Amino acid sequence: MSDAPTEAPAAASGREAVIRVRGLVTRFGPAVIHDGLDLDVWRGEVLGVVGGSGTGKSVLLREIVGLLRPAEGSIEVFGVDMLHADAARRREVETRWGVMFQDGALFSSLTVRENVEAPMRIMAHIEPDLRRALAELKVALVGLPPDANDKYPADLSGGMKKRAGLARAMALDPEILFLDEPTAGLDPIGASAFDDLIRSLQQALGITVFLVTHDLDTLHATCDRVAVLAEKRVLVTGTMADMLEVDHPWVHEYFHGPRARAALASAGD
Amino acid sequence: MTEAGVTIEAAGAAGGGSVVRFAGPMLAADVSALRDRLRALPDGPVTLDLGKAGEIDTAGAWLVVTLRRRLAAEGIEARVEGANPKQALIIETVEKALPTAEDRPRPTNAFVDWVATIGAKVHDFGIGAVEMTGFGGQIVACFLATLARPWRLRITALVHHMQDVGLNAAPIVALMAFLIGVVLAFMGAVQLRQFGAEVFVIDLIAITLLRELGILMTAIVVAGRSASAYTAAIGSMKLREEIDAMRTLSLDPIETLVLPRVLALVLMLPLLGFLANITGLVGGGLMAWAELGISPALFVARLQDAGDAWTFLTGMIKAPFFAAIIGLVGCYEGMKVEKSAESLGTRTSDSVVISIFLIIVLDAAFAVFFMEVGV
Repeated sequence: MSDAPTEAPAAASGREAVIRVRGLVTRFGPAVIHDGLDLDVWRGEVLGVVGGSGTGKSVLLREIVGLLRPAEGSIEVFGVDMLHADAARRREVETRWGVMFQDGALFSSLTVRENVEAPMRIMAHIEPDLRRALAELKVALVGLPPDANDKYPADLSGGMKKRAGLARAMALDPEILFLDEPTAGLDPIGASAFDDLIRSLQQALGITVFLVTHDLDTLHATCDRVAVLAEKRVLVTGTMADMLEVDHPWVHEYFHGPRARAALASAGD
Repeated sequence: MTEAGVTIEAAGAAGGGSVVRFAGPMLAADVSALRDRLRALPDGPVTLDLGKAGEIDTAGAWLVVTLRRRLAAEGIEARVEGANPKQALIIETVEKALPTAEDRPRPTNAFVDWVATIGAKVHDFGIGAVEMTGFGGQIVACFLATLARPWRLRITALVHHMQDVGLNAAPIVALMAFLIGVVLAFMGAVQLRQFGAEVFVIDLIAITLLRELGILMTAIVVAGRSASAYTAAIGSMKLREEIDAMRTLSLDPIETLVLPRVLALVLMLPLLGFLANITGLVGGGLMAWAELGISPALFVARLQDAGDAWTFLTGMIKAPFFAAIIGLVGCYEGMKVEKSAESLGTRTSDSVVISIFLIIVLDAAFAVFFMEVGV
């Protein structure tokens, strides 16, 4: 694997932007979702993207990974212009990220291990027994018991499905992990365990995480930085502490509401 | 970018055992080659030197961890040296996550598995037969309850399904029966001409079509069309928990979904069968006219002699029973769909196979019965 040119100009702090979104415009018919949206994701950080319903958080994620095409603007991942690069170049970048969809989006006709093996099949010279062993390692890394390997997605609980989805997203040891609502639909204990899992894997493996969430506890527990989507753009980015200072009605409401205070209080414990 | 590599230094004079030096990247793409080189190691204590190793991912860490475990199982101590903090962290994470031999599910004997699979299949078959019978009983009970309270019957759904399984199936059923009549007349003519008994081709067509083929072929076509449609429709409602939602709203799925479907079939299949009988006779008559020169007038006259009312009735009596089987199997398999799209597919194809199979079994039973009672 050759390194993609990472000539992205580092910010004053010397950080390297692995994802650079500039002037993004998204329209669905007459409805404008994003209008001139800019966003940087630095290498090795966990970025949490929040915003009200319909502000286009998931749309932004889908545009970065190439499932949707924006009307205008540019998206660079590892310095590659994803909207204009040729197919081979794009595929090369695609092997360096993993996406976890909301409900895992596991292939229902494959077992958990086969699901994790699926992305590995694109690697030419890797023997079936080695692929199997590495898939089982990924399943173990996300904290699933060994007997989950041979189960079908239908036999898994919601939390296990998400873990299996995470294992598949990590199959190729990605540098960027996209997580869409990783803790939605989990009970608080399961959600908190999942937060810890994301954080520990991210730190151990040095992955950059792009995370779309509604869950304030997840923001507290995992995110280095938060980006707030409002008014059709990224309104503000910063740490959780910075968010408390922002003087915008929605942001204030979101980070000062009763749920936010509860999350803050528990994070302070 | 440096080539991935590993060198093995046998124990030197200085002692301290052999050294395995990794160099270059240790990524998933390289692990295969590295693993091959590490199959055979010299005896004695081993040091794994990562001092020159480049980038490492979980696959590379897996290699180190499994190598260390393999050596440990042989009673050889292996130390990891020279790993930078980042590499050490990944190796530690993998070490913690990777299940040990005791955690793994024990490998099973293939023969035992095979016997167990057969046993499970037989068991499932028995359970399925009992459950389907029970489901049939529920439908009958629901039907009787509806007779007592006819206003509970879902008229709109009933009419909708009657159109779907009856009217919309009419063209294909008519065409199929017409062609069967043509084929019967043609084959019969070729054989009977050898005896100069061409006119008996009319008896052949009348008895075969009216007693057996007309209804049987109609039932098979309808089973392929409607049993699968019922399973798919009810099955996808089951997948989206609509059936559960109905139950919590105290709507009986049998009454709302199953009964209208089964009743629609029981009402429409005799009509379709009748249509098949008529078009089959028309096809046979036309072929007899064209091939043997038997005029339509002669055909009709001969037809009246060929069989009595029972020839027609023995066929028609079977239709509602076939219809009940198609409806029962189609709805039952739909209700048994669970959780995955895979299951929906299997159940849909099962419902067609099982309903056609049961139709043929029942048809054979009817043939024996009619022979015994002498009609």
